[in-house]
Amino acid sequence: MLLIACPHCGPRAQEEFSYERTTDSVVTTEAAPDAAMTALFTRENPRGVAEEIWRHTYGCRGWMVFRRDRISHAISDIRPLGPEPLA
Amino acid sequence: MSGGRYSALALLRGALGGQQHWGRAWRSPEPAPSYDVVIIGGGGHGLATAYYLAKVHGIRRVAVVERSWIGGGNTGRNTTIVRSNYRQPQLQRMLDHSLKLWESLSDELNYNVMFSPRGALFLGHSDADMTRLAERGDALVAQGIDAELMDRAAVAKLIPLLDMSPDVHWPVQGGLMQWRGGTARHDAVAWGFARAADRLGVDIIENCEVTGYVRDGERVTGVTTTRGTIAASKVAICVAGNSGHVAGLAGLRLPIESHTLQAYVTEAVKPMIDTVIMSQSLHCYISQSDKGGIVAGGDPDFFPSYAQRGQPLRLEDAIAQALALVPALSRLRMVRCWAGVTDMSFDGSPIIGDTPMDGLYLNGGWCYGGFKATPGSGWLYAHHLATGKPHDLAAPFDLARFAEGRTIDEAGVGPMPQHR
Amino acid sequence: MNARDGSPVRFRFDGREYTGQAGDTLAAALIANGVALVARSFKYHRPRGIMAAGVEEPSALVTVGEGGRREPNTRATDVFLYEGLVAESQNRWPSLAFDLGAINGLLSPLIPAGFYYKTFFGPPKRWLRYEHFIRKAAGMGAPPTAADPDAYAHRAAFCDVLVVGAGPAGLAAAVSAAEAGRRVMLVEQDCRIGGALLREDVAIDGIAGHDWSARAAARIRALGGRILMRATATGYWDHNLVTVIERRAEPGAVPPVDQPAQVLWKVRAGEVILATGAIERPLAFSGNDRPGVMLAQAARTYARRYGVKPGRRAVIATAHDDGYRTAFALADAGVEVAAVLDSRDNPQGTLVAAARGRFAVHTGAVPLAAKRSGDRVGALVADLGGRQQTFAADLVAVSGGVTPVVHLHKQAGGELVWDAGMEAFLPGASRQANRSIGAAAGGHSLAAILAESWAAGGGPARNFAVTDPLGDAAAPQAAPPPGAVAPGKSFVDFQNDVTLADVDLAWREGYRSVEHLKRYTTLGMATDQGKTSNMAALSRLAQAQGVEIPAAGLTTFRPPYTPATLGAFAGGAVGDHAAPIRRLPLYDKHEALGAVWQPVGYWRRPRGYPRPGEALGEASLREARMVRSAVGLVDVSTLATFAVSGPDAALLLELVCATGVAKLAEGRGRYTFMLREDGFVMDDGTVWRTAPARYLLTSSTGGSDRMAQRLSYVRNVLRPDLRVSVANLQEHFAAIAVAGPRAADLLAELTGAPPPRHMSCDSGAIGGTAVTILAASYSGERAFEVYAPADAIGPVWDALFAGASARDGGAYGLDAMDALRVEKGHVVVGAEVDGRSTPADLALAGMVRKAGGFTGWQGLTRPALADPSGRRQLVGLESLDGPIPEGGMLVPAPGQEPQGHVTTAAPRVAQAGWIGLALVVDGASRHGDELLAWSPTRRQQTRVRLSASHFYDAEGARYRD
Repeated sequence: MLLIACPHCGPRAQEEFSYERTTDSVVTTEAAPDAAMTALFTRENPRGVAEEIWRHTYGCRGWMVFRRDRISHAISDIRPLGPEPLA
Repeated sequence: MSGGRYSALALLRGALGGQQHWGRAWRSPEPAPSYDVVIIGGGGHGLATAYYLAKVHGIRRVAVVERSWIGGGNTGRNTTIVRSNYRQPQLQRMLDHSLKLWESLSDELNYNVMFSPRGALFLGHSDADMTRLAERGDALVAQGIDAELMDRAAVAKLIPLLDMSPDVHWPVQGGLMQWRGGTARHDAVAWGFARAADRLGVDIIENCEVTGYVRDGERVTGVTTTRGTIAASKVAICVAGNSGHVAGLAGLRLPIESHTLQAYVTEAVKPMIDTVIMSQSLHCYISQSDKGGIVAGGDPDFFPSYAQRGQPLRLEDAIAQALALVPALSRLRMVRCWAGVTDMSFDGSPIIGDTPMDGLYLNGGWCYGGFKATPGSGWLYAHHLATGKPHDLAAPFDLARFAEGRTIDEAGVGPMPQHR
Repeated sequence: MNARDGSPVRFRFDGREYTGQAGDTLAAALIANGVALVARSFKYHRPRGIMAAGVEEPSALVTVGEGGRREPNTRATDVFLYEGLVAESQNRWPSLAFDLGAINGLLSPLIPAGFYYKTFFGPPKRWLRYEHFIRKAAGMGAPPTAADPDAYAHRAAFCDVLVVGAGPAGLAAAVSAAEAGRRVMLVEQDCRIGGALLREDVAIDGIAGHDWSARAAARIRALGGRILMRATATGYWDHNLVTVIERRAEPGAVPPVDQPAQVLWKVRAGEVILATGAIERPLAFSGNDRPGVMLAQAARTYARRYGVKPGRRAVIATAHDDGYRTAFALADAGVEVAAVLDSRDNPQGTLVAAARGRFAVHTGAVPLAAKRSGDRVGALVADLGGRQQTFAADLVAVSGGVTPVVHLHKQAGGELVWDAGMEAFLPGASRQANRSIGAAAGGHSLAAILAESWAAGGGPARNFAVTDPLGDAAAPQAAPPPGAVAPGKSFVDFQNDVTLADVDLAWREGYRSVEHLKRYTTLGMATDQGKTSNMAALSRLAQAQGVEIPAAGLTTFRPPYTPATLGAFAGGAVGDHAAPIRRLPLYDKHEALGAVWQPVGYWRRPRGYPRPGEALGEASLREARMVRSAVGLVDVSTLATFAVSGPDAALLLELVCATGVAKLAEGRGRYTFMLREDGFVMDDGTVWRTAPARYLLTSSTGGSDRMAQRLSYVRNVLRPDLRVSVANLQEHFAAIAVAGPRAADLLAELTGAPPPRHMSCDSGAIGGTAVTILAASYSGERAFEVYAPADAIGPVWDALFAGASARDGGAYGLDAMDALRVEKGHVVVGAEVDGRSTPADLALAGMVRKAGGFTGWQGLTRPALADPSGRRQLVGLESLDGPIPEGGMLVPAPGQEPQGHVTTAAPRVAQAGWIGLALVVDGASRHGDELLAWSPTRRQQTRVRLSASHFYDAEGARYRD
C-alpha cells in the first residue's frame, strides 16, 4: 500500500486515492480525431518511470500529478492540478 | 530428442529401476544463428505457438526465447481457471475453440495437464443478475456452447458451504454453470507444450532476454538478446504482462497498460469446494486445487505496475468477498499470495496479429484472462505466423480495431483499464 | 531456567485426555506426556513426530478446536495450551497408529515427484474420475464447515521504529531506540519475550537471560513503546508498510470477552529493524523424518524452556559448534547423551574441548540412517570416516547449520548476499528503510549482537557483558554436502514428502531452474513454505549443477511469513459489515408501505409495494396503471445530482455533454447524454438552468461516481482556467418524482402556484419545505421531480402522498417505473446504454452537437462508429404471443446466429400485451420484421415484431399542459 504525499493533505494511504491516467493520454476536446485517439489508446506504459495523474478521491478530492516508478513504486515530483485557489 | 513416452506402464517399469530412465523434458540448446520464427516469451502462449507451428504447419525452425525460466510469468501465477462462458460472440467463439483444445490436450501433448472440467459457475445475487446470466447463457447456447442456468436450490446442493441466507448483502439467487469449464495444472501446461515442441525440433532457449530488434529498413529481421543476435524471418511477441515493454523496444506503443493482479492459496485441506465459483458482483473467484489448497483472487490493484507484488488492500477485499460467499473459509490460513503483471488492453480483449512493422507480430493484451486461452491463443497465432493471414477466429482481435472503433468490450468500460 | 512454571492444564489429543502446564506449547505437552507419534505425512502417510520448537515445524500438524473454531493444519509447536484444548491428528484412516494410507509408502517407487504428469491420460471425464480419488487422498486436515463465531479486527499504527522479534537483538535495539526518544513498536510471534535467550543458559550484565529480557520489555513499555505478543510480521509491503497479525486467542480457543480472535495491524514505520533470528537446518539421511529426530536447538528448547525431556537417550548429529550446546543442555536435563557426531574432520575450540571431556565425540561422522523402534527412532547408523556404527537412541538431535530468517528483508525488495562460511544467504542492501540485526543478519556472538543491535536502535555505543559457561558462540557452519543417499527416504521437504531422490529426478528431467524444481517436486510449497527445506534442496541442486549455491538461484519469499488466518485479512468486513448499505432518506416511509427492496449498487430501492396477497408483478402493473390513470410517487433520490455554477458553467457542461447546453434559457431544462472519450454513450440525464449562471445536472444512479469523477477531471485537469464550480449534491438532496395526469393538479394544490411547464423548472415550498421542481417526464405522463434537502424530505413525501392518495394515486417502485419507461421507449444505463452503443445506435444522433467540442466527439468519427451499417440499433419489440424473455436472443429460429438481444422486457401498461426494447443489427431499418426472442436457458421463446421504440403517446401530447 503506497504512501502518497497529497499536495493538499500530506502523506495519506493509497486507498484514499485513485489513479486516472498518464499525462500523455490527456485528450482535450480541441484535439484532432487521430491525435485524440492516439493519445487515448496508445499511452506510455514504461517498465520504469511514468508521469501519472491521480486524485485524492476519498480525501480532499484534489488532483495531482507525479512521477512514479512502476517497478519500485517510488513517487517523486508531486504537484497539484486544478485551478489556483481564490485569493 | 529426449525422454521416453509417458504412460502408466513406463512409470511401472521405472519403479523397478528407481525411475532413473527418464530423460530431459526439453533440451537446453544454444541459440542458432537464425530461425524461421523467433517467439519472444516462453510462457504457455509462446510455447503453444511454437508447438502448433511445428505440429500443424510443419514449421520447425522455431526458437522460443525466454528471459528467465519457462512458465514463470502469468502462466505460473494465475488461478488456473479454464472456461469459455463470455458474453461477446467473438470472445465466445475464440475461447471455446481453446476449450476444445484443452479437452484433448493431455493426450495431444502426452503430458497430463490435469484439465479438469469440474464446472465453472457464475453466481447471481439478484433477479437482475439472474437475467444478465440468462442473457449470457442464451448467447452461449446460441453459439453451441454449453450453459445451464441453475436455481437457488441447485446451487445450494452443488456447493453446500455457500452462504444461502436470504438476508445477506449478496444473497445467492442462482447461477450460470458451464460444466465443460474447470481448472488445469498451470505449470504443466508450459512444461507439456515445451516438451512436445522440443520433440518436434523447437529450440527453447531460457535465460535469454531480448534487448532489441534487428531491422532491415522498416522490416524486423531478428532480435538482439543477452545471448547474442538471432536472425528470424518472423519475430513474434508473446509476453503478456510485458507487451508494453517488449513492443516499446521496437518503438511501438500499444493500447495496453500493465497492472498487477493478486491471488492467494490456503493450506491444503480435504475436499470442500468442488467447482469453480465466480461472482461478478463480488469480484472474486474461488476453486480448490487437487493438492487441497483454496485458490482465489479478486480485482487488480487499480493502478499500473510492472512489480510482481501486490497491495494488501486488494488482497483483503478479495478475501472478505470470498468469505461472504463461503463463510467456512474464515479459519483456513493463507500460505502464499503472489502477483502477476497483466496486459490490460483498452477494450479488455486480446490482440493477436500484425503490428505496424513488417516481420513483427503481436500476441498480448490478455488482461486477467489469458490462461484459459493458452492452447487456442497458440493455435491462432501459429496460424497467422504460418499463413501470414489471421485465422477467422482471431481476425476480430487485430490491433487496428482500436483506431477503427471495432473494440470488443465485454465489460463496456472503454479505454480505462483500472475500471475493468 | 525452567520456565514451565504454570498451573496444570488439561487437553485432549485424539480423544485421550492429558495434562500439561500453562506456558507449554501443545508440542511440549505431548513430549512431556511421552507422545511421539503426532501426525502422518502428506503423500506417503509416514509417521511423524515433533521436529522443531517454533513456527518452522514441518511435521507436527494437527487440527485444533471444535465446531466453528476448528483449525486444521495447526503446528503443535505454535499453539500454547489452554484449558480444554482439543487436538486431533490428520490425514490418517482409521487411526494415527494404523493408517491404511501408509500403503502409499510401499507404492513410492511408482509415484515419484511429478508422476501424475506422466499418466492418467484419456478424455477429461476419465481424469475427473482419477482426480476424485487424488483429491480425497490429498489435503491435510478436514475443512472447517461451520461459520466462524469470532471477530477479527484491523488496526493502523505508526511508529518511528518497528522492531520485529523480541530476542536479545530485538530487545537491545528496541530499548536503545526508546531511550533515544523514538516511537517504538516491538512485535514478537512467541508468547514470551526472549527469543534465543529462552533456550540458552546465559547472563547479560550479570542478569540471567530471562530476567534481562523481562527488564528490557519493562523499560520499553516505561518509555512509551508498544509491545505486541503473539504478533507475527507477515508481510512487508511498499513504502514501509508492515502487516502484523496479532493473535488474541490461541488457535481453537475462545477469545477473551469483547476481544477479536486476531488483529491485523498495518504498521507504517519510519524504519523497520528485523531481528527475526535464524532457523536451524535438518540433515539429510535415510529416515530423517522419524519421530524422535529433532532439530538440535529444538531439543535444547524443550529441555531448557519447557523442562521436558525430548528423549531418554540422545545422539547429537551436528555440522557445527552449536549442536554441542544441545548435548550439554540435554545432559543437564538428565537425558543420556550417547554420542556427539560432528561431520567436521577436525573441529577446534573450547566448546568442542569441553564436550570431549564429557561426551563420546566422533568427528568426521555423518549420519546415514535412522532406524525405527516402535513409534519412533530407535537407533542411528552413522559413517565414522568409512566405518559404520549404530548408536541406540530414541532422540536424534540434528543441526545442519542455520538459515537466517531473511523473508521480510526480501519481501521489502532487499538483496541477499551469500556467506560461504555459513553457507547461508544474509541480508544485503535494503531497498526500503529497513535493516537486519542479530542472527537474522548472520550474527552469532551474543555480546557482538547486543552491541550492534544497541547501535542499530540509535543509542550511543555501549557494550554488554555476556556470561556463558560454554563460552561465546562460534560462527555457525555449513551443513556437510549430503553424502551418498542410503537406501530409504532422505527427506528434504518433510511436509510435502519430497526426498533427495525427487530432487535428483527433477534435475534429470530438466527441471533445473530452482523455480521449476520447486514447482515440479512441490518442494517448499507446503504450509511451512520451505523454512527447513529450501537450503537443502538448493545445496543438492547446486551440487548437481556443479556450481555454488548462489548461482543455482533462489525462490521468492512471498507473504505471509507464516500461514495467516483468512478471517484476519477480512477483518470486520464480514456479515452485516461486508459492504455498506445506502439507505434512502425516505427508507422508513417505504418500509411502512411494505416495499420490496431491490439492491442497486450499495443502495436499496423500492421495487414495488405489493398489497397483501398480491404478487410483485401484479403490484407493479397496478402501480404503473395508477401512474397512467391518476398519479404516482417514486423515490428518485439515488440519481446523481450536480450543481454547476459560475460564468463558465455552460462551457464546462458543453465539454461533458454531447447535447447543446449553452442556448438553454433560464428556467428551462432538457434531456442530455454524455459520451466516453472513445465515443460510446456513457450516461444520460437532464440539465437545467436554474439561474443565469447556475445549472443542475442529473444523471443515472449507477453512473454517479463515474460522472462525479468525469466532471471533476474536466474541471481540474482539462480546464483549470474556467470560472466554474462543481458541487456533488447527491447526498444533499432527496427527490421524489410525481407522475400522472393528476400530478400537475397535486403540485398546484401543495405549492399554491401553477407548476412549471414541461421541461421547465421552478422553486417553491411543500409542507413548509423549500423545494426545487423540475418538470421532466420519464414515464410519458406529465411529471415533476421534486428536490428537497435530504433531512427535510419527510414532510414533502407526506404531503405528496396524502395528496396522491386523495387522487387515487400512491407510491410506485422500480418495476413499474421500468414498465412505464419501456412503453415510452426511453433507454436506460445498464440495459440499452451498455458501454458499446453510440448515440446513433440509440436513435439519439439528432441531439449530438454537430460542431463537436464535447468529450468523445473524436471517438465518434472512427469508421466503425460513424458507419451505421452492421451496428446494433435500438428497436421496440411487440410480442406476438406471450411474455418476452428479457435477455433472450433474437434469432430467426432456435439455434441460429443471434441478430440481437432483448435488453428490457415488460408488460404493456396502457393495454394488454407484452413489449420490449432490443438492440438488433441494422434494427433501425428493420421495423416490421419478425424474430424469435429465444431463451434456451429458461426454455422460453416468443415471436416478436420489431418496431419503433415508442409504444405510447409518440407525439408527447400527454406531458404538455
